[in-house]
Amino acid sequence: MNSVPDIYRILPEVILTLTGVAIMMIDASIPPDWARRSLGWIAALGTTVALYASLWQLSLPMGTGFSETVETSAFTVFFHVLICGIVLVTLLLSLDSLPEDSHHQGEYYALIVFGAVGMCLLTGAIELLVVFIALEISSISTYILAGYRKQSGRGPEAAIKYFLLGSFATGFLLYGIALTFGATGTTAIYEIARHVSAAPNRSMVLAGMALMLVGILFKVSAAPFHVWTPDVYEGAPSPVVALMSTAPKAAAFALLLRVLFEMFPTLRSVWSPMLWIVAVLSMTVGNLAALRQQSVKRMLAYSSIAHAGYLLAAFAGLGTIGIAAASFYTAAYAAMNVGIFAVVTLVSGYDEKRPLIQDFRGLIYRSPLLGSLLIFFLVSLVGIPFTGGFFGKFYSFSAAIGAGAVGLAIIGLLNSGVAAGYYLRLAFVAAQRPEDGDTIQAPAPQVGVAVGAALLFAVAATLILGIVPGGILRASEAGAHSLQAPPAEASPSGITAIQTNP
Amino acid sequence: MAWRGNEKVNAINPSILTLILLLPLAGAGLVMLLPDRGKLPAWITLFISLITFGLTLHLPAYFALGQHGFQFEINKPWIDSPAIFYHVGVDGLSLWLVVLVGLLAPVGVLASWNAIKERRKIYYALFLVQQTAMFGVFISLDLMLYYGFWELSLVPMAILIAMYGRKDGPKAAIKFFLFTFIPSAPLLVAILWLYARTGSFNFSDLQVLIASGSLPATPLAWVALAFLLAFAVKVPVFPLHGWLADTFSEAPVALAMVVAGKLGLYSMLRFHVGLFPDQARAIAPLLIALAVIGILYGACLALVQRDFWRLLAFAALSHLSLITLGIYGLTFTGWNGAIYQILNHETIDASLFVLLGVLEIRYATSQIASYGGLANKIPRTATLFVITSLAMIGLPMLSSFVGEFLILSSTFTGVSRGLAIAATLGVILSAAYMLWLVQRIFYGPQGALAASRPPDDLRIGESAVLWPLAVLMLVMGLAPSLWMRTIENRVSAIHIHQEGQR
Repeated sequence: MNSVPDIYRILPEVILTLTGVAIMMIDASIPPDWARRSLGWIAALGTTVALYASLWQLSLPMGTGFSETVETSAFTVFFHVLICGIVLVTLLLSLDSLPEDSHHQGEYYALIVFGAVGMCLLTGAIELLVVFIALEISSISTYILAGYRKQSGRGPEAAIKYFLLGSFATGFLLYGIALTFGATGTTAIYEIARHVSAAPNRSMVLAGMALMLVGILFKVSAAPFHVWTPDVYEGAPSPVVALMSTAPKAAAFALLLRVLFEMFPTLRSVWSPMLWIVAVLSMTVGNLAALRQQSVKRMLAYSSIAHAGYLLAAFAGLGTIGIAAASFYTAAYAAMNVGIFAVVTLVSGYDEKRPLIQDFRGLIYRSPLLGSLLIFFLVSLVGIPFTGGFFGKFYSFSAAIGAGAVGLAIIGLLNSGVAAGYYLRLAFVAAQRPEDGDTIQAPAPQVGVAVGAALLFAVAATLILGIVPGGILRASEAGAHSLQAPPAEASPSGITAIQTNP
Repeated sequence: MAWRGNEKVNAINPSILTLILLLPLAGAGLVMLLPDRGKLPAWITLFISLITFGLTLHLPAYFALGQHGFQFEINKPWIDSPAIFYHVGVDGLSLWLVVLVGLLAPVGVLASWNAIKERRKIYYALFLVQQTAMFGVFISLDLMLYYGFWELSLVPMAILIAMYGRKDGPKAAIKFFLFTFIPSAPLLVAILWLYARTGSFNFSDLQVLIASGSLPATPLAWVALAFLLAFAVKVPVFPLHGWLADTFSEAPVALAMVVAGKLGLYSMLRFHVGLFPDQARAIAPLLIALAVIGILYGACLALVQRDFWRLLAFAALSHLSLITLGIYGLTFTGWNGAIYQILNHETIDASLFVLLGVLEIRYATSQIASYGGLANKIPRTATLFVITSLAMIGLPMLSSFVGEFLILSSTFTGVSRGLAIAATLGVILSAAYMLWLVQRIFYGPQGALAASRPPDDLRIGESAVLWPLAVLMLVMGLAPSLWMRTIENRVSAIHIHQEGQR
C-alpha cells in the first residue's frame, strides 16, 4: 500500500539534520584560529537543498509515513518552503552581520539549522507526541540562540526568561496532550478528530484543548501570553529576532491550524469565541504598547504581537477560506518582518550601539538604500496596497467578514490605523533631515553580498505577495484543502494498529 | 473629421489608460536607477510628465460624445479569488480630471525646480509614484483596485511632507496620514461587506445590484456612511478639516497643490452619489448644512490668517465646501457645476501655490504682514497674482464664474433660497480676503522686506507655468462649452439612472 519510502516523507528534515551535524563536525575538526564564516555558506546550501526537497515532495503521492506520524500534503509543503525560505534569508543576513572574531559561529549556524528541523517537523507531524518532540527541538535551539550574545548583559537574561516561560508553556501543551489522550484514547490527530464528538468525558476534551491552546498561543506570542516577547526580542541578536519572530511562529500557526481545523473542528463553537477574544486583545495590547516604545526592537516586538492578532482574525473564517487566509498572512508577515529586521540589524549594528528610534534620524540621508528599504517595509507593515502586508490583512479580514465577524474586522482595521501611528513615526524620523546637533555621525552601514541577497529576497517576496499574490494564494488554498481532507492513505490496518497501541 | 477614424489611433484606445497609468511609474524607476546628479532627476521627471500630459490629451480628443457608459475601457482578471479585476475606464466625470492630473504634474515639477535642492532623486521618484496613484484613483472601476490606489496615494505624499516639508514636516505628515488612513478602515470593511454579499467589486455591477434593492437596507446605510466618511475627510468637509491647514503650511509647494479636493470630491460623485443614490438623498440635508457652514467658516477664518499658506488652506476649505454643496444639491445643474468647478479650483489653486511659492523663495517668509508695496518691484508677478485672484473670486469671463454660478443657481432653484443666499455670502467674503491679500502684499507702502532685496521678477520657468494657466482660466471662463459637453455626457447618465429608479 505504502509505495513511497518513509524517508521521503521527512526528506527536508533529514537534509537539514545532516547539514547541522556536518557543520558541528567541521567546526570541531578545523583549527580554532580559522575563520568560521564558510560554515554559514554550508548551512545556506543545506537549507536551499532542503527547500528544493520540499518542493520535490509535491511530485510524490500525498500521504503519511512512519506508521502515520508524519504526512506530506500541500499544506506541509507550503509551510516547509516558507520556513526554509525564512531560514535561508536569516542565514544570509547572519553571514554579513556576525562579528568576524566570534568563535562560536559554528554552533550558531548549526543551531539555526537544527531549529529549522524542529519547525519543519512540527508542520508535518500528525501525531501529538511527534508534535511535542518537534516543538521542543525548535524551542531549545531558539532558547540558546536568544542568549547568543553572552558578553552583553541582556543576552543571557533574554535566554533565561524565554527558557523559563517557554518551558512553562510547553508544560501546558503537554498536559493538554495528556488530557486529550485520556479522553479519546489516542494521540493520532485524525483519530482524535473522529473520537472527539463521541468522547465520554467532554469536559476532559475541552480542558485538553484549552491547555494545548495556551501552549501554542504562547509560542505565537498572542496576548495575554505575550509578556516574554519584548524582553526576549530586545536581548537577542537582531538576525536571531528576524528568525524567531517569523519561522517558529509560522510553524506554531501551522500547528494551531492543524489542531483547530483538523483535530477539533467539531468544537468550533467553543474555540471560535476564545480566539476572537485573543485576537482582539493581541491587536489592541500590541498596538497600544508599541505606541509608547523608544527602542526600535521593542516596538517591533509589540507590533509582532499585534500581527499575531490580525492573523488570528483569519481563524474566524470558515474552513478552507480561514486556513488559506491564515497561511497567506504567515507568509506575508514573514517577508516584511524578516526584511525590516535585516535593515535594523544593519543600522543598529550587531552590538546595538544605536537601538533607539532617535538613532534612525536622517537614515535616508546617510544611506538612501537602507532608508528607502526601511520605509518600504514599514509601509508594508502598515498594510498599504501593493505590498504583501495589505493582502495579508485583506484576506484575513475578508475571511472574518465572510463568516459574519464584521465587528472583528472593524476592530482590526481601526487597530491598523493605530499601528500606522508608530510605524510612520519611525518611517518619518528616518526620512527627516538630520539635525546638526544630535546626529550620531555613524558611518553609512555597508551592505555586503550576502545581506544584499537577503534584502533582495525580502523585497521581492513582499512585492510579489502584494502585486501578484495569485500563485501563493493558490498554494495556500491547496494546502487548506489538503488539511480539510482526510489523509490519502488512511488504511484501515494502520488505524487499528494505533488504536490497539495504547 | 476623417483622421479621427484612423485605425492606428483606434488601436491605441484600449491601452491608452494603462500607458498613462504606468508611464509615471516607469519614470520613477528610471529616476531611481540614474545617478542623483545635479538637476538630472528633475529634467527626466519634467520630460516624463510632459509626455504623460500629452497622452492624457488623447482622451478628450477621441472621446465619443453621446455614448453612455465608460470609454477606453479594459477589464482583465487580476486575482482569481477574491475576484479582483484590472478594470479601468473613463467617462465625462473622470475624463477631465485625468487630464488635470496630467497638467498639474509638469506644473509641480517646475514649482519644485528651485525649491528642492537635495535628495532630488527620491523626491522626483515619489512625485511620479504619487501621480500614478492619482491616475489610478480616477480611472479604476473595480472597487478593490480603486481602494488600492486610494491608499497608495497617501504614502508618497506623507513621506515627501516628512522629508521636504518645512520645520514641522514629520508631525504634519503623521497628522495628514492618520486623518485619511483611519477613515479608510471602515471603507475597506464596507467594500468587503459588499463583496461578501454580491461577489463582485465591479462598479457597474454593484450599481445595478444596489439599485435593484436586493441588499438589506440597514447595513447598506452603514456601508454608504463608511464610504461617505472616508471621502468627506479627504475633501475635507467641515468639521473634518483638521489636517488641511497644517498640510498646506508644511508641505512642499508642489505637493500641497495636489492634496486637497479632487480625489475626495470625485469619489463622492462616483462612489457615494453614484453607487448609493437613495442613501445619498437621505443624508444630503446634513451635507448641505455642513457645506454651507464650511463655506462661511472657511471664508471667515481666511480673513483673519496672518500666514498666507494658512489663508489659502481656509480659502480652499470654503471653495471645496461650495463644490460639496453642488454635489449634494443632487441636481443635474449642480453636478455639472461641481465637476467644472473642481477643474477650475485646482488650476487656480495650482497657480496661487506657484505664485506664493515664488514669493516665499524670494523673501523667505510666509507672514503677510512682512510684505507690502511689491507691485512696482515685481510687476509681472503682481499682474498674474491679480488675474488669478480675480479668477478665484469668480469674476465673470474668468473660470470660476461659470462653475459657481451653476452651483449657486441650482441651489437657489433646487434646494433652498436661504441657503443659496448664505453660500453667496461666502463668495462675497472670498472677494474680501483675496483682494485684501493682494492689497497687503503688492500695494500700500513698501515694507522693509521689499526694500531690502533687489527686484527679482518671474524667471522663464515660472512664467512658462503661470502664463498658460492664466490663459486657461480665461478660456475656461469664456468657452465653458468645450468642457461642458463631455462633462454632461456622464452626469446625465447618473441622472437618468436615478430617475429610472423612482
